[in-house]
Amino acid sequence: MTAIFQTILYGYERVPEQDREAHHPVVVVGAGPVGLALAIDLAQRDVPVVVLDENDKVSFGSRAICFSKRTLEICDRLGLGHACVGKGVTWCKGRVFFDEREVYGFDLLPEEGHRRPAFVNLQQYFFEQFLVERLRELQAGGKPLEIRGRNRVSEVFQEDSSARLSVETPDGPYSLTADWVIACDGANSPVRAMLGLDFVGRVFEDNFLIADVRMDADFPTERWFWFDPPFNRGQSALLHKQPDGIWRIDLQLGWNIDREAEKQPERVIPRLRAMLGPDVGFELEWVSVYTFQCRRMERFRHGRVLFAGDSAHQVSPFGARGANSGIQDAENLAWKLALVLNGNSEAILDTYDAERVAAADENILNSTRSTDFITPKSPVSRMFRDAVLGLSEQAPFARPLVNSGRLSVPSVYDGSPLNTQDALIGGPPRTRPGAPCVDAPVRDGWLLDRLGGDFVLMGIGAALPDDLDGVRVVRLEHETTLARRYVGGATAAVYLIRPDQHVAARWPSYEAEAVAEALARARGELC
Amino acid sequence: MLTTEPNLPDPDGFYAELLALHEGRDEAESHAINARLVLILANHIGDRKVLAQAMALAAKVSDDG
Repeated sequence: MTAIFQTILYGYERVPEQDREAHHPVVVVGAGPVGLALAIDLAQRDVPVVVLDENDKVSFGSRAICFSKRTLEICDRLGLGHACVGKGVTWCKGRVFFDEREVYGFDLLPEEGHRRPAFVNLQQYFFEQFLVERLRELQAGGKPLEIRGRNRVSEVFQEDSSARLSVETPDGPYSLTADWVIACDGANSPVRAMLGLDFVGRVFEDNFLIADVRMDADFPTERWFWFDPPFNRGQSALLHKQPDGIWRIDLQLGWNIDREAEKQPERVIPRLRAMLGPDVGFELEWVSVYTFQCRRMERFRHGRVLFAGDSAHQVSPFGARGANSGIQDAENLAWKLALVLNGNSEAILDTYDAERVAAADENILNSTRSTDFITPKSPVSRMFRDAVLGLSEQAPFARPLVNSGRLSVPSVYDGSPLNTQDALIGGPPRTRPGAPCVDAPVRDGWLLDRLGGDFVLMGIGAALPDDLDGVRVVRLEHETTLARRYVGGATAAVYLIRPDQHVAARWPSYEAEAVAEALARARGELC
Repeated sequence: MLTTEPNLPDPDGFYAELLALHEGRDEAESHAINARLVLILANHIGDRKVLAQAMALAAKVSDDG
C-alpha cells in the first residue's frame, strides 16, 4: 500500500499562462494546512485563488497532530469538519507523571454543549489530504480555485498595485502578477527570505526526538506527559494516540547530542523499549529530531504580501499552537481579503496584522512558559519546577502551576479596531466583543452552523428587523445553554458577529443606528 | 498591601520551628523544602500584588546586602 504522503495529489500540469503572463486576485504560496485552508475559505467566498506549491504531495511524516476545537469549528465552516473528526482520535483527558508516579489527571473540556471536542489527534498528512479533497470538491462545483504542484516561487517583486512572482516549474520559469500574495510557506519561508525580512526570537537549546510508532497497545486515549521519568532521566516524555494504531512519542534529548546518530533505529528502539516495557510490540513509522525557536515577524503585512502560519510566527510544539494558530490566521485573513477585493478599503488588512500579531504574541508567551517549565534553565528553576510537581500529587493548588503545554485556545481580539465597545450590561465575559463565538446547542443543531461565514446579526429573545443590508439575520430563542453563554445577567441580547465568528459588538436590544455604525467599523470602514 | 510590621505571634518559637524543619538535612533537601514552602505560602496568600511586593522586598534586601 502506498501511504498517502507518498501519493501525488496535485501533480504538475502545464498552464497556458506559462506562455503569457496572467494576473490573479490572490496567489497563495504553500499548500500546507494554512495555505489550503485559506484557499478553500477564499474560494467559498467566490474569490479566485491560485495555490503554488513546490511539492505535489501532502507533508511527509505526521508533524502537527493535535487539532483544536476551534480548528475543527473552522473546518466545519470549510466543509471538512466531519472528515477530520471521523478520522481523528478524540481526546480530552490527560495525565501527568513525575519520576515514577502519576501525580494527577485533567480534563480539558468538562463543559457540555459543544459540537466539537477539545481536540482530535490526526496526522498532518490526513488533515492536508482532507483539505485537498475539499479543494477538489469545490473545483468540481465550479469554484475559482487552482492548485499548481511543483511550482516553486523563486522571486518576489513588490509593485505599486500588485506583486510579481517568478515561478520555477519542470518546464522552466514563468511569471505572474497578483493583487495579493499570501506566504504560507512555513517556518523557513522562502518568500520572507526573498523580501529580506527578519524573523527574530529566542532559540531553545534542546533537542527532541519524535517517533511515530505502530503498536497494538491498550493505553487509553489520553495525553500522557512525564517529567523526569526513569526511562528518560532528567528529561521529559510525551505519549499521544493517533488514528490507525499510530502513537506519537516525543522524548526530550537535551542539547549536546549527535542528532544524526539519535535518529538511527539502533538508538531509537532501545529508548522506546525502555519507555514501553519489554512486552509491547511496535514498529517505527517515522522518526525525526527537532529543535525549535519561538519567534515572529515584526509585521505580517508587507505591502502586497501577507504572511500566515509558521512563515509569520513559530512556537514550540508544546500546546499545539503552531498549526492551530495558523488556521486561525487563515480564517482571519480570508474574509478581509474578500472584502478588499470587493471594493473595501485596504485598511482592514492592517487589522489582520494587529489581531494576529497579538495572537502570535499570546501563543509565543504561552509556549515559552511551557518550555521554561519543561526544560528548566537553571538549578533554581529546576528546584521550583520539581517543588511544583512534588506538591501536585497531594496539593491541588499546585496543579495549575504544572505546565506541560498550555493547549491552544483561540485568541480574543481585545482592543481590536474592529470591535465596538461592549453595550450588553451583564453580558458574559467569554462572548465579549473580540471573542470567538462559543458554540451552543440551538433548536435545530448547533449555533456555529447557524452563524456560518457571513456577517450575522444574532438576536436572542430580542426583536430584529426582517432583513438588513450585508448582514444575515439570525433569530434564536432564549434557550438555557445559549442564554448562559450569550445573555448572562441581561434579559435579551443582540450580537453583531464577523464572518470569522468573532463577536464585533453586542447590545441589549436592536437599534438601527448603533448596528449600522458597528457594522461599518467591523468592515474596517472607520479604520 | 504587604505587611512589613511585626505580625507573628511568638517570633522566637516560629524561628526555632523553621530551623527545626531544616535540621539534619543536606543543602539540596533544604532548598527543595524552601521551594515548596514558598509555593504553599504564596498560594495561601493568593494576592498577586502582595506577592509582587514580597518578591521585590526579598530581592532588594539581598541586593543591598
